[in-house]
Amino acid sequence: MNKPVKKIFEVPLYPYTRHDDQDAARPPRHKVVVIGAGPVGLAAAIDLAQQGVEVVVLDENDKVSFGSRAICFAKRPLEILDRLGCGQPMVDKGVIWNLGKVFFDDRKVYDFNLLPEEGHRRPAFINLQQYYFEQFLVDRVRALQAEGAPIEIRGRNKVSAIGTHPDHVTLEIDTPEGSYNIEADWLIACDGAGSPTRAMLGLDFVGRVFEDNFLIADVVMEADFPTERWFWFDPPFNRGQSALLHKQPDGVWRIDLQLGWDIDKDREKRPENVIPRLKAMLGEDVDFELEWVSIYTFQCRRMERFRHGRVLFAGDAAHQVSPFGARGANSGLQDTDNLIWKLKLVIDGKAPENLLDSYDLERVYGADENILNSSRSTDFITPKSDISRILRDAVLDLSETYEFARPLVNSGRLSVPSTYDGSPLNSADALAGPNRTRPGSPCPDAPLGDDFLLSKLGNGFTLMTIDTEAPESFAAEGVTIPRLALSVRDDPSGALAARYLGDAPSAVYLIRPDQHVAARWDSFDAPRVTAALTRALGKE
Amino acid sequence: MTQLILTPNIPAADDFYAELLSTHEGLSTEESHKLNARLVLILANHIGDREALSAALRAATLKKED
Repeated sequence: MNKPVKKIFEVPLYPYTRHDDQDAARPPRHKVVVIGAGPVGLAAAIDLAQQGVEVVVLDENDKVSFGSRAICFAKRPLEILDRLGCGQPMVDKGVIWNLGKVFFDDRKVYDFNLLPEEGHRRPAFINLQQYYFEQFLVDRVRALQAEGAPIEIRGRNKVSAIGTHPDHVTLEIDTPEGSYNIEADWLIACDGAGSPTRAMLGLDFVGRVFEDNFLIADVVMEADFPTERWFWFDPPFNRGQSALLHKQPDGVWRIDLQLGWDIDKDREKRPENVIPRLKAMLGEDVDFELEWVSIYTFQCRRMERFRHGRVLFAGDAAHQVSPFGARGANSGLQDTDNLIWKLKLVIDGKAPENLLDSYDLERVYGADENILNSSRSTDFITPKSDISRILRDAVLDLSETYEFARPLVNSGRLSVPSTYDGSPLNSADALAGPNRTRPGSPCPDAPLGDDFLLSKLGNGFTLMTIDTEAPESFAAEGVTIPRLALSVRDDPSGALAARYLGDAPSAVYLIRPDQHVAARWDSFDAPRVTAALTRALGKE
Repeated sequence: MTQLILTPNIPAADDFYAELLSTHEGLSTEESHKLNARLVLILANHIGDREALSAALRAATLKKED
């Protein structure tokens, strides 16, 4: 395909340049090294750098992701990106959607509206090509560098060997000008589903293989399809399979066509074979241009543990899910959100190393939740037996006439954050408050005049009080916690009260740096807060 | 929860059984399988109670409960 204009995924964003480390007499030691400059690796590095932790990102490539890849970003990751200082450009560029249509055979069976809850800064979802997502993260890295933050990205730096030691990691790195060595106190591997780091360390990656292929095509067209998610089960243009149409920015449409197992991938990818399929779907008279075509298969699997001494795995390197539900990149961002504050406290000597074991525990739990949901979607979309197909089709047939069957239709359960019930960092719930903000929960946003609650939380611990007294700041265990003093009067819509008080007249919340609730009470009591903080620091 | 009823509970049981058969009348085996699947889902939704549904699924396997 000849393209007159270079797409951003064709331009090197972090080209190779020689670094002093390559001429050092002894391998230089870095605080943290991140392998992989994808969405997860960049988010990890930005989080570290904006808290003053020195970090080097290594990537074997020098460009953002090729083609759209991950396109659907959920509210929680957008809130994390707000904390990382780059949520706004994503939302400004992204396409916001709430409406979906479900088709079965040759007819529409029903449509739905996500009806997002009011009183949140961020929408339920945006669609945005992964290459834009990565570009905005790289922009944020450049802005941090301009402020003097200790962060760098080294393009075309491919890690070829890793040595693990009790208190550091050694890395051998190949570049266009030969190899060199560095050391790191900590290594975060964000090098994707095929993680070379995982392979070099000989670690397992176990799970379920799904025998299926999907053709993904990015199509540029001036069509009057509305901004909706359209999903087809067994359509006439792709018999026995499924199809998805979703809008991205710049008039680019994402089309996913299920192809089945026994296919010739190279043949199916050729434009002369792709175009007739798309014409059958979009109509003969629709003008479109193919921007990118790929065929993917997927597995649902995870590593047994995400922490191996000084090496921490995050994102697809640690766990892989089916694409249904947009749980890949979205969960990877929740990994680093969970990891970085813990690593920062350990590096600063304010928490014991075993705080990092709670990263493993909490995010393995998150991965299992995502694998369960995305496996169920896959089983609905691709029935594995005659009877499962009969039941699936019965649900779809009923959904056209009867509302009750619609919640059973599963074309992907869209990504929502995990509540870490049972985490060792939680303290027992001591407030007769709403279930959704019990210890372990991600804090739901709420409007505060012209602003929102979540913009006042994060990076460090916060002691949030609602209609009760507490010291303006509280210090214990080497950590100083500022108070965020609120009143139900700050939010006339009543969302703050409904989400954080319920029937309780007042509340005190100890909120973690990743905006999850660690503990809550009806009033401030210094010994109780100290005990909860001690626990949240992994000191118990 | 509502205890799963496994004792006679359908008034005029013969009439119900005849209606069940007549609903399937003239259908191929495949069409009947589809109708049964829809029927199961409609009845399950009517019951709603998750424990009763689980008990019904176990009862349908004809395996003896411990």
